Order: sequence, then structure tokens, then C-alpha cells
Amino acid sequence: MPGKLKAKIVAGRHLPVMDRASDLTDAFVEVKFGNTTFKTDVYPKSLNPQWNSEWFKFEVDDEDLQDEPLQITVLDHDTYSANDAIGKVYIDIDPLLYSEAASVISGWFPIYDTIHGIRGEINVLVKVELFNDLNRFRQSSCGVKFFCTTSIPKGYRAAIVHGFVEELVVNEDPEYQWIDRIRTPRASNEARQRLIFLMSGELQRKIGLKVLEMGGNAVVGYLQCFDLEGESGLVVRAIGTACTLEKLSSGSGTHTHPNTAPASNACNSPSKDGKEPVFGEDLPSSSGPSTPFRALPTSSSSPPPFSPSKPCSRQSSSSDTDLSLTPKTGMGSGSMGKDAGPLKTLLRQQTQTALEQRQEFPFFTLTSFPSGFLLHVGGVVSARSVKLLDRIHNPDEPETRDAWWEEIRQEIKSHAKALGCHAVVGYSESTSICEEVCILSASGTAAILNPRYMREGCLDLGGSDQRWFEDPSPSSCGFCHIPYDELNMPFPAQLTYCFHCRRQKVPDVLFTTIDLPSDAAIAGKGCFIQARLCRLKKKGQGEANATAISNQLPFMEYELHTQLMNKLKLRSMNALFGLSIQISVGENMLLGLASATGVYLTALPAPGGIQIAGKTPGDLNTEQHILNIQKRINDTIAKNKEFYEVNPPDLTEEVVGSPIPEPRLRSRLFRSHSESSDELSELDLSHGKKDAFVLEVDDTDAVEDIQSLLTDASPPKGFYSCNTETMPGIYNWTSALQMFTSVRVLRLSNANLSNQALNKVFTDLCENLLKSFYFKLRSMIPCCLSHLVFSVAVPEEDLIQVAVTAVAMTFDKDQTQDKPAEKPITKGCSEAEDQLQFSLELCTDSSSINSQSSSKNSGVPESSHLSTRVSSLEHSSPLTDGRSRSLRSSRSFGGSSVSVVKMTPLSFLPGTRIVKYVGIINMFFIRETTSLREEGGVSGFLHSFVAEVFAMVRAHVAALGGNAVVSYSMKDCVLMENPNKNQCQCLINVSGDAVIYIRETDQEVTGSTANIRLSCTSSADGAT
Amino acid sequence: MAVELDVFVGNTIIMSEEVYQLWLDGYTVNDAVKVRMEGGVLDEFDAKADVVLSDTMDQYRTFQMCERLLHSPTKLANQLLFQIPPHRQATLIERYYAFDDVFVREVLGKKLSKGTKKDLDDISAKTGVMLKSCRRQFDNFKRVFKVVEELKGPLVENIRQHFLLSDKLARDYAAIVFFANNRFETGKRKLQYLTFQDLAFCAGQLINNWTVGAVDNMVEDMDVDLDKEFLQELKELKVLITDKDLLDQHKSLVCTALRGKTKAFNEMEANFKNLSRGLVNIATKLTNTKDVRDFFIDLVEKFIEPCRSDHWTAADMKLYLTHYTNSAHILDTFKHQVVWDRYMGVIKSCIFKMYHD
Repeated sequence: MPGKLKAKIVAGRHLPVMDRASDLTDAFVEVKFGNTTFKTDVYPKSLNPQWNSEWFKFEVDDEDLQDEPLQITVLDHDTYSANDAIGKVYIDIDPLLYSEAASVISGWFPIYDTIHGIRGEINVLVKVELFNDLNRFRQSSCGVKFFCTTSIPKGYRAAIVHGFVEELVVNEDPEYQWIDRIRTPRASNEARQRLIFLMSGELQRKIGLKVLEMGGNAVVGYLQCFDLEGESGLVVRAIGTACTLEKLSSGSGTHTHPNTAPASNACNSPSKDGKEPVFGEDLPSSSGPSTPFRALPTSSSSPPPFSPSKPCSRQSSSSDTDLSLTPKTGMGSGSMGKDAGPLKTLLRQQTQTALEQRQEFPFFTLTSFPSGFLLHVGGVVSARSVKLLDRIHNPDEPETRDAWWEEIRQEIKSHAKALGCHAVVGYSESTSICEEVCILSASGTAAILNPRYMREGCLDLGGSDQRWFEDPSPSSCGFCHIPYDELNMPFPAQLTYCFHCRRQKVPDVLFTTIDLPSDAAIAGKGCFIQARLCRLKKKGQGEANATAISNQLPFMEYELHTQLMNKLKLRSMNALFGLSIQISVGENMLLGLASATGVYLTALPAPGGIQIAGKTPGDLNTEQHILNIQKRINDTIAKNKEFYEVNPPDLTEEVVGSPIPEPRLRSRLFRSHSESSDELSELDLSHGKKDAFVLEVDDTDAVEDIQSLLTDASPPKGFYSCNTETMPGIYNWTSALQMFTSVRVLRLSNANLSNQALNKVFTDLCENLLKSFYFKLRSMIPCCLSHLVFSVAVPEEDLIQVAVTAVAMTFDKDQTQDKPAEKPITKGCSEAEDQLQFSLELCTDSSSINSQSSSKNSGVPESSHLSTRVSSLEHSSPLTDGRSRSLRSSRSFGGSSVSVVKMTPLSFLPGTRIVKYVGIINMFFIRETTSLREEGGVSGFLHSFVAEVFAMVRAHVAALGGNAVVSYSMKDCVLMENPNKNQCQCLINVSGDAVIYIRETDQEVTGSTANIRLSCTSSADGAT
Repeated sequence: MAVELDVFVGNTIIMSEEVYQLWLDGYTVNDAVKVRMEGGVLDEFDAKADVVLSDTMDQYRTFQMCERLLHSPTKLANQLLFQIPPHRQATLIERYYAFDDVFVREVLGKKLSKGTKKDLDDISAKTGVMLKSCRRQFDNFKRVFKVVEELKGPLVENIRQHFLLSDKLARDYAAIVFFANNRFETGKRKLQYLTFQDLAFCAGQLINNWTVGAVDNMVEDMDVDLDKEFLQELKELKVLITDKDLLDQHKSLVCTALRGKTKAFNEMEANFKNLSRGLVNIATKLTNTKDVRDFFIDLVEKFIEPCRSDHWTAADMKLYLTHYTNSAHILDTFKHQVVWDRYMGVIKSCIFKMYHD
């Protein structure tokens, strides 16, 4: 179906001086879409031209509408010589293609040049008229909505979750084509930018098609990545979760007024109608994201494992290395896709693949779920594989890359099965490339999901027994219960009865890649935990190199895991959420970085302490030394407990005694056995009423390890940090926030570093970055750094690059006290009646008891609880309000016309409500300079580039009518420098969801953009 | 282990006013770090030197990138590169255009040219204001001068609109522009005791009363140049000293009014003719550009110094000038009341302001 694209060039401002003689510019504009180009008149001698052009109309296929960006080029007219380009603007018109998003793109866009950066601004209007047509064989997928957000977007409910969608497209990289030798860097950069725009448009369209064929209308958790494979080509790939989303229209009305708790109550109780469960992020979540007030009426019991050993990480073996030429996957596994549906005959072949894949890979890129969706969590599953890159010969057949991923996904799937799970949630994929070697990684969390929410056939339920779905277990602990068979455990683990319900087994430690479920019962606050590892590697070529890397991977994963475990214990916590392990390859080293958010789940047993054991008991010095270390460790644990307020209810301890199963299992967890048990018994083990985790000090390495364990400084007072969406234990956000990106590159001066020294360097780099953030953002205290995402790279030999994007959010300190009091209620009310006696025990706060009785009948979150929470919210709002108002009043200053756009990597903005998603932002920029010194060196260069990227994102969002970007992320930041030649090039890829939000306190939903712009205030002025 | 690159960029601009001030004052990054650490950032937040250095570098880079925008502050409000909350924008601009009184005192009345710029080293050494800061301040004066030179309308208002400055700062700039344009001599040793604020006040008086703009507010340069016609008319005041009768009459009127009201009466009576000649002579010579430049030095030499040597108090001065001005109205042969008032109004307030130690 064709569509009509219309564009109008209104004006320009702040243009650069292009004519030295007159200090002015004779600017005109070329508007290009596909192969059609229009030009405006030349507006002579002005730096602020007013073109006010006619409407340029392009009649095009909607397929092109999806693939192509609108390309606007601003030029300086020159009578005698060639016209000089000032810069370009690419506008993705995808958001105009579905009805609910933006209807017009209108605003000031920075004019961007890859060599000079931003050079003035241009005001553009763009509209699209689509003609409806119901061609079943169409190639386009207009109308499918894309969200980067990894949860069900606010204001929607997921009617059906269809499952995994993936696609990749490949092409030659223009930078490596022969023509690149003769064209200017500018031309080459622009060719590349344009190509990537096209490729990601095409990719999105193809994924959209798959979604339509599955019967869905949206992709949530859309994750798109670029692999710059150098000589061998350019790969753009994406994964996501296909859903059928429905807009919550009435719901949003109800929730505008937090006071009407009962009404909203009705609305968010999924259990009301068993057949058609409804969930959505419909609450006025001023504090937490999604569902802070909800108690989940879930069902089912079953647990999550993860044991100290290494169940989470299984590497693919080195034999993969030579697989780069493997033929297209057979896609074996007699998939159940065969009986897909009556429509099938109509579907093209591609469709079949889509269907098969969906059923073959029950993967979900979501990290937080509507209540009732996630039943049990098994643990982290991950797979890696090392490949040798080969030139992509035929871009139209990207089988090789497809096959690679296919393999990895199969492996993930089988890991999940081994954990007794039928699905993988919080799933993501990544690559690390160095020369011709490529490490492909995938990871996720094995889980059991409630099939009610799934489309039939989406999950393979055959194997797993039905008991999970029938046996209701409280949502506060249900997800912790093990999904696998206790007698036939996939790995050694220490099981106990759940400390909450006492009915199901739970593991002693739980690692996951997802966010903490909003209704999980926790003690204290969460904490950012990072394991860092740096390993030297011999330089090598080809297969030998790949094999060497491949052989190292298991050891790295093991060590990262041990570090995580130790650090977790050191903080007295027993679960990790949002775990992401990144392994980057360089020419002469491998970097491993694992980040996660630690938390104390009250359903799991209390972690034991850490115990140091010496190998040679005779030596007095050593013993003294060990005693010292032990003391320091104990002190640290005590300090951490206090800092993170980890005070699990004591009474649980008493009951523990009996249900602990098979004590014999325990010893296996130790890294090694202690031979000096006599000495140990004299040590103070106050932290472990239960078994302590034993670290053996047998050589200097171990000492170093322990030292490094202790060097991790906890954040300064008033600061918390986490890498998940919400900070466990903090609920009362105020509205100030500051999103930031920081990049640091370290040059290793000494070429002959040992592994140990290298580790230290790397650890210090990460620690110093964190310290630096705390310092810079100190004016925001009390504050939490959320969604800390680190990405490491080895851009060239002896360089380590760490890029971080995160958001600092303030919270109201006084109110942190409120939550613990209310929490037992949350726990209590979701308990089924027969578990009442247990929950009573757990409710240390007597005030919760009355609410409990009411919940007895329904299993639905009852209103008294809701309203308590709500009132605390209202309490917090006046503060926010007053603050922003004062800012607003000063806003008239200078007649500013730039609307404020907030940015956050989270899916929500505290104190506000997202009323509309106006489109996905997916942008790719290249910046190059040949005058590096003049631009202030690499730091100056990158600083302005990052600022420019932010500016362009904000401008696009504002032009779509949005006032914020949520789920923002910087996918890539590739920096190549050549200081000797005074050159530098950088590529940045960012994405996010453009939204319109209104402040929570604004009672009336006006919907009109004008009002919204007014209400958007700039309370986000970060550090002073 | 060299840090090759280190940047930190926030979606909303991240700056500390303290570091901004250090940057404006011309501190190098390393010196700024030293100052900050001595200032106690360390104690307050357990920050190591490298953390402070990294933070200072980031902010310095941000300020450097902003500097281009600060040169035309109206752009700052609608540029897209940095997201700066309005109150921050105001701070950035106001501080950028703020200046050191000691510095401005040195260049006040000088031509804002390359030549003067070359002397900045000396001024920097003399005033203790860092050279970099001197340059910034000097360039600001020049920039403001260049922009408003060609504009119609009231000077202060123009400056405020084009540079988004506060009223106070806009007035100061108006004074600087006015001084630079008329090249008033302010550097003589006898004038050293006058502060910039004294002179700025006087400039304000002159702008409001003696320029073209004071009568007609839609002329180019209206506030920068003195009203030529008015200066011509001032010549008429000469009768006050050339006409012997008028002079005596004037004296007796003033003396009658003053008698018994001040301890310095005798000195006033004795000096009346001298002082009156001084003031009227200043008035009559103002058609001469050279004498305009010497306006302040003349005021000091011809009037302020004699009074000071006679130990007049400020109150004496006020009393004397009030009666001196008013008595002229009673002189029946004196026809130039309007010009007289326009002249004496300014002289009176200037002298009040300038009469101190």
C-alpha cells in the first residue's frame, strides 16, 4: 500500500558562516527520500534563513517508508564552485506509521556534520498519509509498535505474549569498500550512517512482519545491535518479544486519582477472571516502576537455584571455533510449529521460519513481568561461542550468522531444560569482536511461566509437570522455589524449605538476569556488585587464536562467578538480579565484567559468613595474618549489614533447624576443603549461624583475591547503586534525575603486566569510575544510581575502554522508613489462607494483621494496603511540586523556546505518569575529526560528541511531541584514535522510547501536547 | 597506567558554581584542583585528587564548549547542544559577564582596542587579576560595545536584551560603554581614589540627563554621545561668572541662605567665586572633546579638592550645592534656568558621589 510523505522546510537558525567575505551564508536545502530529491530556494546572506518552503510530496511504498529515513541536507550555494554541504538531518519516519504514536514530526533539528558536529538547526515539518489496504502478501509491517522497554509499557496490557522474534541483516561495510580509498571521510561516514539507517529500518520491518504473522501488534524489549565485523561486513541484528498489547483506556482514568484505591483495585486483579487475565502497568507508579503497590495473586510454587558452583555458566566448547562455515541450521528439534494454524498455507516461507523459531525458542527479552506471569526461576543460563569471521559473500543470505545464533540459542534452551524450566526470561545476546575473532554470547534466566498468558503452543509444557500451575504459592516467594527435581539436581545445591511458606524448597543462593519482581519479599536495600577479571592472552592468528580464547572462557566465567559469590556473601545477601556478564576480547587480553544487583531475599536462607582457612597450620605468621584478614572480613560484613540495612527477621532462624535437607551437600560448595578445621573453630563465626563460605589461603594468589575482595569501597553515605530498574528497598523517589554517560580509556604503560597486576588495574578503573560518579553527583544526595550499565572493550592493544550509562535519582530519605512497616502487609495479603499461620509469624509488625484477615478470602490485594501506600505517595508529591514550580516560574527567562526532554535508562520517570509512547528512537552517528588537538584531544572530542548525540536524541523526541526518553541505552561506543595523525573517529548507537509524560500531581489528563510541554519542568539539574 | 580519555556527560548540564568561578578567574585545571582540595572538597567527601581532577576537567571542557554560546547569550536559550535549566542559564551568563572592579577601573575610559589589549599583562600584574580573566573581561566590554554601538533605543535596555544581564550589571556595562565611547580620563593619580561604582554612578547620571537619548529616545547612539545642542547651550551659563553683578548677587543669595547653618560658612563665603568659576568653566568648555575627557579631573581639581582642603563635610557640600543651584533661579537677569538645572542636576549628584576619601 502506498503512502504519501510530505515535508516542509520552515527555517534555519545559528547556521555557520560559510562565506568568509561576507560572514554570512547562502543556504538552501535538499530533501531526499528514496531516489526523489526536492530543493528549496536559496535564502541569500543569512545565518537565520526563512525558507518557508512548499510541501514537498513523496509518493512511496510503505515498505520504503519503513526502511528509508528522510534525508535533509543543508547546503551553501556557491555560484562559481561546488555547493558546500553544511550538514544533514536524518529523520526516521517510522513513528508516523502507526496510529497511536505521533501524527506529525515538527521541530528544530540540529544540523549534523560528521566532521564538524552540530552546525546550526533547521525547523522541519513532516507528515504521512497512509492508504489502507489489506494485502496479505505485503512486505511492510506498518503499525507494529516497537518498544525498547523490557516490561509491558505503561498504559498497556498484554493480552497475549507471543514470544521470541529475531532477525538479522548483513551488508558490506562502506568503510571497507574499494571506493573508500578515493572518497572523502565525510562521504564515507555519510554512506555508512545512511546504510545503517536503511538496515535498521529493514530489520525492523522484517521483525514487524514476523510479529504480524504471529498475530501480535507490538514488540517489547526490542534490542538491536550492530556488529562491525570490519572486512567481513556489517551485521545488524535484533531480538524482541512479540506481544498483543491493548491500550488501557479506562484504566488510566481510574488511576489518575490515587485516592480511588478500590476502583483501581478491581482493575489490577488478574485473578478476577481466570480465563482472561489482564495485566498491565496501569498504576500511577510514582515511586517504583511498574508495580510497586501490587501484591501478586500468583499461583504455584517452585524455586530458583543457583548454587555456588557454576550452574549458570556453560560455555560452548572450543570445537565451535571452526564452525564459521557451517551450513544453515537444520533447525532440528521436531518442533511443534507444525500445527500452527489454518492461516499457515497462506504464509510465505519466511513465515514458517518465524513460527518455528518462536516455538523453538521460548525466550523473552522482558526483565520484569506482570504479576502472575513468572512462576519460578531456575537460574542463569548462558552460552558463548567463539567464531572466526569470514567475508559475507551474499548479503541476501545471512545464513552463516543465523546459524551461529541458532546454535547458541539451542544451547541456552537445553540449559534451561536441564534446570527443569520451559522458558528463558531476561534474555539478551551480545558479541565482542577483535580482528577476525568474534565471541557470541547469550544469556538469560531459566524460568517457568504461567501458560495462561501465553499463546497456545508457545511454551513446551510437555515435559514439565502441571503441578507448578496448580499449586499456588505466594508471589512474594513463589519465584524462588526450585523448578527442578530435588532428587535429580542439575548441579550441587543446598536446598532448604522456603523461609516464607515452608512448603517448597529453595536454593541457598539465586542468580538471575531479570529485575527483582516487585512483590518479592526482601530485607534491607540492594547493592551494586561487580566482578572484574582481566586475563592476558597470547597474540595469535586464525583458528589457533580462537581456540586459545575458547579455552580461557570457562576459567574466566568460573572466576567471575566465584568473585560474585564472595562479594555477595560479604554483603550478607543471597540473590543477584540483573546479572550481566560481558567478556570482551582484545589482541592480547580478555576482559570479563559481571555486574548485578545483590539483595537479601527473605525466602532464602541467610548467607553464611566467609571463613578463611590457611593451608599450613604450623606457620605462626600466616596464622596471624589469616586471623587479621578474617577479622577484617567479619568487620566488613557487619558494616555492610548496617549500611544496606539487611536485618532479616530473626524469628525465622529458630524454625530453620529441622527443614534443612541433606547436610552432606554442603561441603561441596566450598572452593576447597579446609584441612585446618581445628584453628577454624576458634574463629569468631558470628556471621554464620549456618555454614560459612570457606576461602582457603594457600598461595599469594588467594591472598590477593581476598585483598581485592576487601578493596571494594561501599558507596559514600547517602548513595546507593544498582544495575536494575528499581533499587530494591527504595520506594519513594522524588522527581529529580540526571542521566549520564561516562567513558574512560586507560592505556597500560607497562607491557609486561602479570594477570594479577592487570586485574588490579582493571578493578581500580571500575572502582574509580564509581567513586567519580559519587563525587560528581554528590549534590543530589540522598540519591541512587540506577541501571548502571558498564560496557568494556579493548579498542586496541594496551587500551581498556569502559563506558557507563546510568541515571542518578533522588529519593526522600525520611520516607525510607515507611516501607519496612508496610512490607509485611504486602507479604501477608498475598498468602493463601492455608498459609496463614506462617505469614503471621513473618509479620513482625502487628499493624499488618488486620489487613491480613481481609485478604484471607480473596487473595487479591486489598484496599487498605493500597491506600496506605498511596498516602505516602501523596505525601511526597508536594515537595516535588514546589520545586518544579519555582523552576517553571523562572522559565520565561530569555524567552527560551527549547522544551526540556528528560532522559532515563529506566522504563519510568519517578513522580510522573507516561501517557503516550510516541515512537522508538534508534539512532546511529559517526563523528570524525582531523584536528584532534584543536578539539581538546580525545576527551574533548568525545565530550562534545556525546553531548551532540544527547542533543540530537532530545531534538527528535521533542519533534515527535514527546518530553522524555525512557529505556534509553547506548548500545555501542566505538572509538578509534590516531593521535599521531591528529585524527579520531567515533561511532555511537543509542536507542530508547520517546514518551509523553505528565506529572503525577497533574490531575487532569489533557492529552494536548501544548499542556504537556508546559508541565514538563526541568527539575533535573544535576550536580552543582 | 595513563588515563587516555575520561569524559562524563550528563543529559542536563553538570556544573558547580565554585568550579565555574575558578574557570572564570583564569585558573588552570591543576591550580583549580589545588584550590578545590584546599577548600575542603576532600574532607567533605573523601575524594582523592584524581577524582577532583577528573571532575574539574569535565567541567572545564563543558565551560569551554559553552563559551561560544555565552558570547551571544540569546543563543544560549534556544541552542540544543546543552540542556541547561533556565536558572542555570542565568547564572552562567551573569557570572560570565561579571567583572572585577579593580580591573575595570584600570581600563575605564580607555579605547577598547588592540593596543589596550596588549597592556593587559601590566594591568593583570598590577591588579592581581589573572591575565586570562582580564582578557575575558576586556573581550566582554568590547563585545558589548560593538553590539550596542549601532543600536537605537535606550542603552541599558539594549544591553539587557542582547546579553540577558541583570539590571545592575546592564547599568554597569552601560557605564563602561559610555566611558569607552567618550574616553573620559580616569587614570590620573588624583582620580585614583574613585571606585568604579562611583564613576559608574556618574556615568548613569550623564546618560540619563546629558545625552541625546535623554530628550529623544529614537536616535542612533542616543545614549552613548552627549547632546551637542545642550553642550552648546552650556556656553550661555558663562554670564554667571562674567557678569560681575550677577556673580555678586548669586553669592549674596547663597550666603544669606547658608549663614548660621554650617561651620564651614566662612570658607564657603571666601571661596564662592572661585568655586562658581570652576563649575561654570567646566560647563562652558564641554563643547571641546578634549575637555569632555577631562570632565572628572576638572571636577576634582576645580571643586572637590578646594572643598576638601577646607574640610567641608558631605553635609556641607550638599547644603552648599543645593543653595548654589536654587539661588540661580532667583537671579532675575539669568535666563537659562532649564540648561542650568540640567547641568547642575548631574553635577550635584556626581559631586555628592565623588566627595569622599
